Parts: sequence; C-alpha cells; structure tokens
Amino acid sequence: MTVPSSAEGDTLSKSLINAAAPPRTFLARFQRWEWMLVGLIVIVVALNTALSPYFLDAQNLSRTSSDFMEMGIMMLAMVFIIITGGIDLSVASNLGMCASFMGWLFMAGVDIWIAALAALALGTFAGFVNGTLVARMKLPPLVVTLGTYAFYRGVAYVLLGDQAARGYPEAFTYIGQGKLLGTLLPFSVALFGVLAVVFGLVLHKTTFGRYLFAIGNNENASVYSGVPVARIKVIIFTVSGFMAALAGLVLAARFGSTRPDIGNGLELSVITAAVLGGVDINGGAGTMSGAVLSLFLIGLLRFGMGLLNIQGQVQGVVIGLLLILSILLPNVAHTFSGSGRKLQRHSLWAIIAFVVVFIAFVAFFFWSREAVLIK
Amino acid sequence: MKHRTLYFVLALAMVLSLALSGCGKKATGPLTFVLVPKNLGNPYFDTANNGAQEAAKELGVTVTYQGSAAADATQQIQLINSLIAQKVNGLAISANDSDALVPVGKDAIKAGIPVVSWDSAIGKEGRVLHINQAVLHDIGAIEIKMALDLTGADGGKIAILSATSTAPNQNAWIEVMKEELTKPEYAKLELVDVVYGDDDDTKSYNEAQALFKKYPDLKVIIAPTTVGIAASARAVTDAGLIGKVFVTGLGTPNQMREYVKNGASPEFALWNPGDLGYLSIYVLHALATGEIKGVAGEKFTAGKLGEYTIQEDADLGVNVLLGPPFVYNADNIDQFNW
Repeated sequence: MTVPSSAEGDTLSKSLINAAAPPRTFLARFQRWEWMLVGLIVIVVALNTALSPYFLDAQNLSRTSSDFMEMGIMMLAMVFIIITGGIDLSVASNLGMCASFMGWLFMAGVDIWIAALAALALGTFAGFVNGTLVARMKLPPLVVTLGTYAFYRGVAYVLLGDQAARGYPEAFTYIGQGKLLGTLLPFSVALFGVLAVVFGLVLHKTTFGRYLFAIGNNENASVYSGVPVARIKVIIFTVSGFMAALAGLVLAARFGSTRPDIGNGLELSVITAAVLGGVDINGGAGTMSGAVLSLFLIGLLRFGMGLLNIQGQVQGVVIGLLLILSILLPNVAHTFSGSGRKLQRHSLWAIIAFVVVFIAFVAFFFWSREAVLIK
Repeated sequence: MKHRTLYFVLALAMVLSLALSGCGKKATGPLTFVLVPKNLGNPYFDTANNGAQEAAKELGVTVTYQGSAAADATQQIQLINSLIAQKVNGLAISANDSDALVPVGKDAIKAGIPVVSWDSAIGKEGRVLHINQAVLHDIGAIEIKMALDLTGADGGKIAILSATSTAPNQNAWIEVMKEELTKPEYAKLELVDVVYGDDDDTKSYNEAQALFKKYPDLKVIIAPTTVGIAASARAVTDAGLIGKVFVTGLGTPNQMREYVKNGASPEFALWNPGDLGYLSIYVLHALATGEIKGVAGEKFTAGKLGEYTIQEDADLGVNVLLGPPFVYNADNIDQFNW
C-alpha cells in the first residue's frame, strides 16, 4: 500500500525506529494483542466446555483441527505478504489449480508422488508470476492477484471440467487424513506446526524478516536504504504460491479426491485469520504467534459454535464481527493514549454501540433460528 | 494496563452474550437424527425438512435440520465433523461433493453413526445406503401416462419439447417414452415431433409457438425439463390455447402454480422432496434401531409411504427407491412451496 506523502516523514522515522529496535516493538505488540487472543481462547474453551460435553474430547478436537490446516498453511505465507503491505487473493484459486493439476495427472496414469511434486512446482511458478507482476511490473498486488484469482481457478476447471479425480492411494491420503503413529495428532497439524515455527523464526529472527517490516512501514525508504525490495516481493509471492500448492495437496488428501471447485473461497478465511491475529492490513506490523493464535481462536470458536448447532451463516457473522472489533480496538486504544477527550468519548460510544448491536444480532438470530427449527 | 482491561471486558461481554444466547433448547429425544441439506435457504431442501419433521413426530425422535451457509464441500465436512462430535444417532446428507464426503462419511460410520445420503449421493463407501428419488424408467412412463390423462381416451397428437439434443437425461427419458407409446393402452397417442429448446426460456417459448403453427390439432406438449415446461405453458397461455393444448412434463410447483391454475398445464410430475425427507428419517430410524442393517433384500415400512425393499445396483450401490414420481395438480399444488 502506498503511503500518503504528508505522512511520509512520520512513517519514515517509524520505520527507522522499527529497524533499529525490533525486539522491543514485538514485545509491546505481544502484550497488546497476543494476550488478548490468549484470553479469548481461554474464554472460548471454558465456555464451550461448560456448554457442550463434547468439546473437550481429544478425538473430537483432533478431528476438527484438520479442518483448519489448509487455511493455516496458506496463512503463514500470507502473513509475510500482508506485513509488506501487499495481499494475495489468488491463494485459494492457486490451491484449486494445483490440486486439480495433480488430480488430472493422476487420472492420466502418472504416479501420485510425481503428480504431487509437479503440482508443487506449478503452484510455486504461479506464485512467481504473481510476484513478478507485482514487483517487476510495479502493479498493485490487489489487482494482480484478483486477476490470477480468476485465472487460476479457471485453469482448474479447464483441467477437470465437471469431473472428479479420485482413487488416491492411502499413502497419499495420509497427508490429509492420517494421524502420527500412536497419537491422535493429525499429520497435517504436525506439518503446520513445523512450518509455523520455521516461518516464525524467519519473520522475527532474520534480516529477511526485518526487511519485510521495513518494506511494510515505508517501501520507498527501504529502497533507498538498500533493501532489495523487488526481489523480496518476488520471493514472498513465490513462497505463497508454494504454500498454496502444499495446502492443495493436504486438502485433496483429506477429501481423497479433487474437484475443480476445491477450496473455493478460502482466501478470505486466510486473510481474516491473519488480520485477526494482529497483522496490520496496511503493512509494517504483526507477529507469527498472533496469526497462529488467531487461527486457533477461529477454529475453536467455529467448532464450539458447530457443537451448539449454530448455523454457518451466523458463525461467519461472529467471526466477521470479531474481525471488525479487532481492527477497531487498537484504534480506540490509540485514541486513549493520544490527546483529545472528544475523540475518546466518541470512540467509546462507537464501541458500546458495536457491542449492543452484536448482542442484539445474536439474540435475534436465536429467536429466528427457533422459529425456523420448530415448525 | 487500562487498554488491556478494556479489551478483556469487551471480549468477555461478547463471548458471554454469544454463550448465553447459545443456551437454547437442547435435543432431548431418545434419538437425534440430522437432516443435512446442500445448503440452507433453499426452498427445495426446506420442503424436505417439513417431511422429515413429520416423520420425526410419528417416530417420536428429534430431527434437526442443519446445513452450511454455502453449497460447499469444505463447509459441509466441517459441519459433519461437529455432528459426529455430538454423537448424533444418524445423518441424512445431501452431498455437495460425492467423493470429498467419503472420508468423513466413513469416519461417522466408524463412530457408530449410520449415514444415508438423499437427493445427491455420497460415494458408496461413505454411506450405508442412498435414497434414490426416481429412476429413469418411471419418469418416462409417468409423462406418457399424464399425456393420455390430458388428451382423454380419444388420444391425439403429442409433441416433446426437450432441453438440448445432447442432454443425456432427457434423451434417456425420451427413449423410454417412445417405448411406452408402443404399448396398446397408448395406441391412440401419436408422437408427431421432438423439438429442442436448449433449456433456454426464449428458445423454448419460440419452439412451442412453432409447434402450434405446424400442428394445429396438437393436443399435448410433453416437456421433460423445468425450463421447457414453464416456457411452453406460458406460450399456450399467451396464444389463448388453454383447453386446446395441454402442457405436461417435469416441473417445480412454484414455477408451475399459475399454469396449473389457469389450465395450461393441469398436471406435471417430479418427485416430492417432502417424501424424500420423510423416507430418509424412516430409513435412519430403521438403521439406528437395528431393524435393518443396510443390506440388499431387507424390507422395512416407512409410515404413510408403505413398505420398501433395499436394493443394490452397479451405479448407486445399496439404495432405496422413493417410488414413482409425484404428480402435481390443482388439488395438491398449494401444499408445496419450493
């Protein structure tokens, strides 16, 4: 995202401070948002345990956790991109294209593992195309990936049409359905865990990671400071493509089949998870732990709501409201810490109104749900 | 510090409100079955739920109706996972993806939950049996029977207005219709033409008009497609031919209501989704109580629908056939809203 010129001096100094003393900034962030997420998770777990006898059940949690891993895998790379101020809307379409490509090869008689490798290569290339268009051609990522969003999904349909690729061998479906030997831990969760640690380390412990924050805070300043901005952008979009393909393999393995609409619409869930995790949509701020926590929060919240038989539409509304709240609260906090009492009162009222609307909506829903159910 | 407290209070308020409103009535019946449509907000599936609730009352069980927001396999699997976690006593699912739902269906069966599919089948290994709404032959046969109803015993000229010339379902039905017409009871029916409206409203309308011109003494148009039947009925109405030319075939009640009432299409056929939901619950009940195991040849009784025999064929695996298509007419059409 471009920075308005009037604020350029301000953000420039901000980016310099960031680059100079990142650990402190992260710690401050952690205190604010990550603990909030931990608190929410604790509340959600406690309430769900109280409300449903099926919630705290290892078997159930194990089964439901794998429902969110494809999302999580794509989210890791998305965090990188959003921190630089970019966005990748094409991830779910890329996932669909790669899974379909693998299915198409498999149906044509290619060995499943070779097909899977080819799919990973295709996804990586698709990400590279995004990155090249964004970084080398200087096109806005929103528009580029909106275009490839349609294009990649289109390719999936061209490959498989209205057919399904099926009959994947058990060794392959293990990726999506299997559990680690002797435990209830799904393989996909373990895979996500390892990747999350790797991505977290890269983001917070390497120069590369610090460059991502610098680009997000002020791209121009980064260029003049000698940060290889274009190359980094190509790399992160390429990584995002690879992760989308990997998520595609996991999802296809979980389904035991592929249809071209596989993973449709997941990109928005991925972005939601990242932003709810405290990754600033304008770039420049965010932590991997926050994003991972928010993924857990969303998963537990959705599972809990599912156990209470809350319908899908409303689950979406709750997550959406949580998201709005998550971007609203830091702004309010900023107002509090800043000066100006009028602003402060204004924001407080906005929050109160927000909570009232939220409660009213939930009440309304349950009222309407009862009306629908008991005919 | 102050901010953090604020966060927590707000979060607490939010989650509490959510939780408190979640303390609704819980299912208390001895057995709980869940009817899972492709998605919510579709009148077709809502009608199926009405039938399912009727069966629930008769059997003394609880049936809840739960679907995902969108007709999407990922969301549907998430939903089914939470239903397995609740240890419900049976699942009747209209699958968004016959293959992708196989693993989760297997999981449910492994957890001791009988799974049947209805409306749209889950692959054979992912369910105990499928409840099939109609078979090819019955659909073709009922359309010819309705045509004779409409012409009366004297018979007359009939024409078929189909979808595209390559539509596999329609072509199979037309073959059956032609076979049926060779039977002696239909000797007075004369099939004069088969035309194609390409499932396009305007083209179907024009084709119907062309039929009126070409065959001035045409008695019946059979349209084995929901687009064609509505367009033909409108063409009959617009041309002032009500009472002279009748339209029949396959249609849906909301789309055809006006033409059933004005006489352009006194009767048409399709299965009744209400019966489909009703039968699904009876099948689940028979499976959950151990009355049947889901093996071909077993018999059970499904309330008002009578006795059923489980069958097995290569395409659908183990299945139960709902029965002959349902005929909609002026007497019953107002009971349906889908």
